[in-house]
Amino acid sequence: MKRHIISLLMENEAGALSNVSALFSARGFNIESLCVAPTDDPSLSRMTLVTTCSESVFEQITKQLNKLIDVVKLMDLSEGDHIEREMMLIKVRAEKEMREEIKRLAEIFRGKIIDVSDNSYVIEMTGDSDKLDAFVNVIPEDHVIEVVRTGVSGIARGVKSLTL
Amino acid sequence: MELSGAEIVVQALKDEGVETIFGYPGGSVLHIYDALFQQDDVKHVLVRHEQGATHAADGYARSTGKPGVVLVTSGPGATNAITGIATAHLDSIPMVVLTGQVPSALIGTDAFQEVDTTGISRPCSKHTFLVKRVEDLAETLRKAFYIATTGRPGPVVVDIPKDITDPSVKVPYEYPRNLKMRSYSPVKKGHLGQIKKAVELIYNAKRPIIYSGGGVVIDNASGTLVDLTRELGVPLTSTLMGLGAYPASDRQFLGMLGMHGNYEANMAMHEADVLIAIGARFDDRVTGHIAHFCPQAKIIHIDIDPSSISKNVRVDIPIVGSVKDVLNDMLRIIREDSRTIDNDGLTSWWERIEAWRGLGCLRYEQSDEVIKPQFAIETLHKVTGGDLYLTSDVGQHQMFAAQFYNFDKPRRWINSGGLGTMGFGLPAAMGVQMAHPDKQVACVTGEASILMCIQELATCKQHGLPLKIMLMNNGYMGMVRQWQEMFYEGRYSHSYVDALPDFVELTKSFGHVGMRVDKPSDLEAAMQEAFDRKDELVFMDILIDPTENVYPMIEAGKGHHEMAMSPASRQGDQP
Repeated sequence: MKRHIISLLMENEAGALSNVSALFSARGFNIESLCVAPTDDPSLSRMTLVTTCSESVFEQITKQLNKLIDVVKLMDLSEGDHIEREMMLIKVRAEKEMREEIKRLAEIFRGKIIDVSDNSYVIEMTGDSDKLDAFVNVIPEDHVIEVVRTGVSGIARGVKSLTL
Repeated sequence: MELSGAEIVVQALKDEGVETIFGYPGGSVLHIYDALFQQDDVKHVLVRHEQGATHAADGYARSTGKPGVVLVTSGPGATNAITGIATAHLDSIPMVVLTGQVPSALIGTDAFQEVDTTGISRPCSKHTFLVKRVEDLAETLRKAFYIATTGRPGPVVVDIPKDITDPSVKVPYEYPRNLKMRSYSPVKKGHLGQIKKAVELIYNAKRPIIYSGGGVVIDNASGTLVDLTRELGVPLTSTLMGLGAYPASDRQFLGMLGMHGNYEANMAMHEADVLIAIGARFDDRVTGHIAHFCPQAKIIHIDIDPSSISKNVRVDIPIVGSVKDVLNDMLRIIREDSRTIDNDGLTSWWERIEAWRGLGCLRYEQSDEVIKPQFAIETLHKVTGGDLYLTSDVGQHQMFAAQFYNFDKPRRWINSGGLGTMGFGLPAAMGVQMAHPDKQVACVTGEASILMCIQELATCKQHGLPLKIMLMNNGYMGMVRQWQEMFYEGRYSHSYVDALPDFVELTKSFGHVGMRVDKPSDLEAAMQEAFDRKDELVFMDILIDPTENVYPMIEAGKGHHEMAMSPASRQGDQP
């Protein structure tokens, strides 16, 4: 079993996203996260998918994705050097002595406090998934009010690119 | 030229060369039906249930290679069509299904006869479109036909909201002949390096076998397959879907393989050292238990769909491309090569195969008292001289037809192999007969299957389709009963079809000819009479042995070498 990050370009059309997500449920593939938005070319959307599976299942996933009519191109980012980032907005209870403590933890993780109330913070944080997991883990569980994560998006290092 | 959306639909069909469509009107498609009414080029066949429309279009496509076209309304019209769409999808049949949809402004409001048609059909079609602007309609239809007929073919659904076909809104029309899609460009030519590697493997084989499938029929590659097989002198076995692509009467043909395949075919698969899979997809009914599948073979797999390769079985030499192009390249390379395939190896391979063949795995007990289904199919072959388009439903009769009607030509055997859709046979036969008005078309069916689409007898009357329906009536869902006998200690749970209609009277009430036969000695003359009635639909209610089972058989979880044989074959000596 290995974690794969698939990056794909697809037609920015009604139903294209459903075609991809329906494929995963119809064939019993697992999706850990899925992140999609239009690109600089408004006719194209870019999707980043994270899945953990065996090599033979991964081969089927890429073949089945390529078979979808709306999918223009795809690559396995995890195959080479790449950067992956995920953004998290986390709302935490911040009262009394914990106000300082949480602020300090956020600074260590290079997070930004973007909303403050009498007894809470909202912290914005970017990084790979492991870093965000680590931050959530250091906040005492009863202080976490809400966690919102975007899912992974990624790009290859160097000149290698996924473009038309 | 300025046309309304409804006129664009009809004009696009003409520009695609479509002559016949199958459909059923309803609220959302009334504009299109009005446009159809005002022309004579596209013929519309009115069915009695939308499932019938899709199966008829499917039969039309399978027997001609041209795309089948369906027109149905929104909501229940579309959901009734789904079984037929899924049937075509599993067997890779080119089809374009036009569904009406509620007006754009009502989509999502749970309007009358609204369902999410593209959502429902997505998992069982090659692609779906929802038309959003009348200006996009012509190009969308062109794309639908292009996608349906190229690469690995399949059904494409085009969902058209009613306002798109509004007769009062006219837009300029030009049919986009040269369509390019950046996201869809199926490969045609196979990789020459891979083909050469495959040829090397074949030259070094001692026990090669060709395993050919429906892809050969779909790609019209039958002639090339025959040339290649004869050139190599190797044995060939076929899937259920591939029957007819290689002539069954030829010595190199070992019969069908798989669950109810021939002993010699399955044993040869088990013992082969090189397997050449051509347009076949290693379906579970073919492979038996994967762990026991072709244990000694290096596998070459030729397929147009990359996702078919190494899906169920790991292959050694994959070749992605059109079966016909790849086989042509292969044949050319082999003919240019001065070497010959290992003749000594091949001679002893054939000796072993002939010994397996000598067992006579399709032997059955003859009877003067009761009609054996195998005998009925053999008689059908005799009476029709092997020159027949034969559709089938699903179950024992389907297997008997596949085993005993020796198909010598492609596109003659029309059955639902992948989805196994009961109710397919009669409407599919209508589509075949529409495409081939002067040919003999028959449907072999069971009393359970035929009742699933029996209403189409009315369509046959309206359109004067002289089908010959061969009902193998054993009063049971035969295949279900067989499994219950073998694996459930004879507990025949709901497989007995109680309270059957009088099929002869039923047929007559639809305006056709009905016959009943229950004696083996009467069968040939009765069938002859049926086929002599060239302009009439004849429904033959053939009362067959209710206890007959389909053999040979690979039970679930077993391999090709572990076949259960018929009692008649067991009396022979196993080599």
